[in-house]
Order: sequence, then structure tokens, then C-alpha cells
Amino acid sequence: MATKAASPNVADVTAGHKTSPRTIALMIIGLALILVAPFLIYPVFVMKVLCFALFAAAFNLLLGYVGLLSFGHAAFFGGAAYITAYAIKAWGYPPELAILLGTAFAALMGLVFGYVAIKRQGIYFAMITMALAQMFFFFCLQAPFTGGEDGIQGVPRGKLFGFIDLSNSLNMYYFVAAVFVIGFLFIWRVVHSPFGSILKAIRENEQRAISLGYRVSRYKLGAFVISASLAGLAGSVKAIVFQLASLTDVGFQMSGEVVLMTLLGGIGTLMGPVVGAVLVVSLENYLATSSLPVPVVIGSIFVVCVLLFRRGIVGEFNAWMDRKRG
Amino acid sequence: MPAGELKMTMPTNQNTGAPASGGAAGGSVVLSAKGLTKEFKGFVAVKDVDLSVREGSIHALIGPNGAGKTTCFNLLTKFLQPTRGVITYRGQDITGLAPAEISRLGVVRSFQISAVFPSLSVLENVRIALQRPGQLATQFWKPETALSVLNDRAAALIRSVGLDAFINHTAGELPYGRKRALELAATLALEPDVMLLDEPMAGMAHEDIGHIADLIRQAAQGRTVIMVEHNLHVVEDLCDAVTVLQRGEILAEGDYQTVSQDPRVREAYMGSEHD
Repeated sequence: MATKAASPNVADVTAGHKTSPRTIALMIIGLALILVAPFLIYPVFVMKVLCFALFAAAFNLLLGYVGLLSFGHAAFFGGAAYITAYAIKAWGYPPELAILLGTAFAALMGLVFGYVAIKRQGIYFAMITMALAQMFFFFCLQAPFTGGEDGIQGVPRGKLFGFIDLSNSLNMYYFVAAVFVIGFLFIWRVVHSPFGSILKAIRENEQRAISLGYRVSRYKLGAFVISASLAGLAGSVKAIVFQLASLTDVGFQMSGEVVLMTLLGGIGTLMGPVVGAVLVVSLENYLATSSLPVPVVIGSIFVVCVLLFRRGIVGEFNAWMDRKRG
Repeated sequence: MPAGELKMTMPTNQNTGAPASGGAAGGSVVLSAKGLTKEFKGFVAVKDVDLSVREGSIHALIGPNGAGKTTCFNLLTKFLQPTRGVITYRGQDITGLAPAEISRLGVVRSFQISAVFPSLSVLENVRIALQRPGQLATQFWKPETALSVLNDRAAALIRSVGLDAFINHTAGELPYGRKRALELAATLALEPDVMLLDEPMAGMAHEDIGHIADLIRQAAQGRTVIMVEHNLHVVEDLCDAVTVLQRGEILAEGDYQTVSQDPRVREAYMGSEHD
């Protein structure tokens, strides 16, 4: 009898954690927006937003759900961009294979970076990832195949699966959109998976997770590799969209930018990094043609955000919704 | 010089300890420490502690504040690395193992500050403990609903500590005593062979103490429990063997009666607190 009494409650819990109608509605709206966007806005701009949104979402998986602040994510983004660009341009790889190669490279690099950095926490973790990324930046600057200051330019977009011509901008757009949606849903799945629940437990009380027998550094490393791979995926696609891989992609500023996007949008919220990416990329695009200096404006926004709404845009919105509901 | 002290103190411990613990629980030694020492930059927190915990017993570690009880606990579960000494579990040297490995062997600890996952529900808290043995911890491709196969077992554990009514509550919002009960449920989920409880009664209201003591007694069925405890009534009531620590060293060992009558113990500890 007691079991029966407990079971409905238990079912409620799992139901409560399932996607709320609001989230589903938001997702459908988001998907619709992505589908119609190229007819309303310049497609290359939207593609840029989508690439950075995926990058930021991958970064947020680590910061928001494991609590690890990496200052070296540009290495995965840019490293994958180089590999993809090189594989297409020098070896004539088809885009899907080049993207896979770039992503795999980022995963491998994530494994190495993660293995070194994961044993430290907080500022030390951030510093190690930054140092490793700077070393990689220097390598990219010096290595002959990256084209040094010029980068790898004029990467042909090629034909996806041999028959979808990516030089057609709508084809390219929907391919990027598909990669983004799949990547985003994958992150969502990871967060709401058995593995994700252990990550949550580790973030909440690491000592207790250890005492329950979890080898926490392996879980962190797993999350790090997943995050690095997805950052790499974003970088690979970006290289094809812009037909370019350059030092900007591996630079320190890129690592900083992804932190900014995530923070502005809302750490630890699924939609936050996407909103942050839209905001930052739009601002940069807008400011590029104005006389205002970009770093100053972005920097000011960052300061205001940290001072006034630390939960970020989506975080504050969620908190407001919760308050309204009581 | 420390070696000389060691020889001086060791026989004394064994003389007081051996007959008493033999009388309390006849089981073989499950967890033991030899010459356990922890130094922090010149300060010796635990010094040459020899400990033998017998199968099926409830063994208390008591002593005044700063006696090194919690350090001792951290050493036994490898949350701290001992400077010297050997720890064996069922004949296996576990001195070099990582804390998670100790837990996997079946030696599971709790913490002084209640260790729950505050934003997770009571059910989820217990499920986290069940996930690892259930091979449901690394699947990042499965939906969260895959975990519902653990719900019945989790609910049974939650019921066993009397928290059925709170199964959907957020753990962080539970009152302190219930958090401890929840922690116990999560520990029991691992079906530990040896449970180490660090001050399970600390900060507990009077009426909760009896309840938690009952839970511990119940949980101790068929397993070995080591606990750090300040409340001597609880120790007297619950424990078969008692080790008294003072300034990082063993002062006395035996069952509660023996230990409580030891004049050194009375002077060092009980004289001030128990009478």
C-alpha cells in the first residue's frame, strides 16, 4: 500500500521535470524564427549568430552546468576552424567530412586540455585553460599550414553529401540552422540526462558526490570534452560559412567574447547563451559601421550586466516569471 | 623521540582496548589503522593512532574539541592523505586509494555539515546515490526519464527513514534533522559495508536525536558503523566500542563503561561535560 501511495508522487516528480509547456512554446517559436530568418535578415548575419550561439551554448554546458570557467574555449573553436578549412582547401575533403574532422580535433584537444586543467578549480582552472589556449594561439601563428597572419582564406564551401551546393546561400543557411538545432538539442539532452544529473550533483556538493563513489574528475572531463567538441563543431561550420579560418578564431578575445555572451544571456540557462550571442553579434555588427568604439561599448554593457543583473537576461527573466507565479 | 612515545603508549591502549572490544562484539576486524599520523606544517593533528573496528560493531570516536576526530575520519576515508600509517579494510591495504575508490569498496562516509544536494528533490538525492551502482550515471544520450526505474527503490529507502511525506520536497528546504535522515537514506542506498558518520547528531534538536539514533541502530543491522559523536548519552546508548582521542592521540579504548571510568578520560573529557 505504501508503495502505491509513493508511486503517484514519484511520477509527479518526473513529470514536473519534463519540459514545461512554456519551454516547448519557446522552442517552437525559436525554430519558426530560425526557419523564416533568412527571408527577413541578411542570411550571413544569421549564420554568424547561429555559429556563435552554438559556441556559447557549448561553453555554457561547462560553466553553467559543471561550474568550470574556461578561458581557453577559442582554441577549440578556432582549432576546429583551421582543421576544417585546411581539410577542404588542401585535401579537397567534402564539407561534412571536414566538419567531422574539425570536431574530432576539438574533442581530442578538449581531452588534453581537460586532462591537464580539470584537477584545479576556480581561478587556477581558468588560468590553465587560458595558458594552454595561448600556447595553441602561438602554434597557429607559427605553423606553416595555418597561413600565419592571413589565415586560410577562400575556403570553397563545396557540396554537402555530394549534391547540396553550399555556395547557394539558402542551402548554406539551412545546413547551419540544422547543425545549430541538432547541437542545441544535444546539449539540452546532455543537461537532462542521467549524466547531467550527476554533473548537477557534483556542482552542488562535490565532496558528497565523491563520498557516494563518483570519480568526479572523470565526469568533469567528460563534460569538458563534450563542450570542446561542440565548440569545435561551431568553429568548423563557421569556417565554411565565412570561407575563412584565421587567428581571430583562436585568439584570446574570442575566448573572452564567449564568456561575455554567456554571462549577458544568463549562465546555466539553456536559452541564455543564444540570447547573449544574438545580442553581442548584433551589437558588433551595428557598431562596426558607427563611430563608437566596439570594445568600450561591449565593456560598458558587461560592467552594467555584472553590477545590475548578474543572472543575465534570461536568468532575470526566469526569476521574474517565478516571482510572478508566486 | 616520537618512536619512543609510540612504544610507551601503544601497550597501554591495547591493554585497555583488547578485552573490552572483544567483549562488545566478537566479529573480526573490518577496518583498521596502524600508526596513523597527520601533520599540518608542524602541527600534528593525529599522532600514531591505532584503530581496530570490529565487524558489526558501532564504534564511537570521542574526545574534546580539536582532539583530531574529524581529521581521523578524513584520513580513514582518504579525504585527507595521512603523513604516515597504514589503513586496511578487510585485509586490503587501502592507504593509497582515492576517496571515491574507498566508497566503491563499501566504506561510505557522511559529513559533519549535512551533505545533501540542496536544489534536488528528496527523491533525486537518493537516486543520485543509486545511479552509480545502477550503471545509470554516464549515459548522456538518454533522457532523464530513464532514471525512473530507480524510483521504487529510492522511495523504499526514503520510507525507511520516514521521509515519505517529503519525497517531492527540495532537499535544501528540509529542516536540519530531516536533511540528516535524507543523507542517511542516500548512504544506505550504496549498501555500505562500513558507514562512517561524522557527528550525526550535531546541531540536532532534542526530539530528533532519538529518531536519528533509532535510524542509526536500524541501519547498523548487518554492517559496521564508526561515528564521531559529542553527545555521550547517544554514545552510551548506541555504541559497542569507544575510542577516546585527545590532542590527536588515543587516550583510552574499550566499551563505554570501561572508558567512562578511566580517570584520565574523566579528567580530560567527561569531567567537564558529562557530570
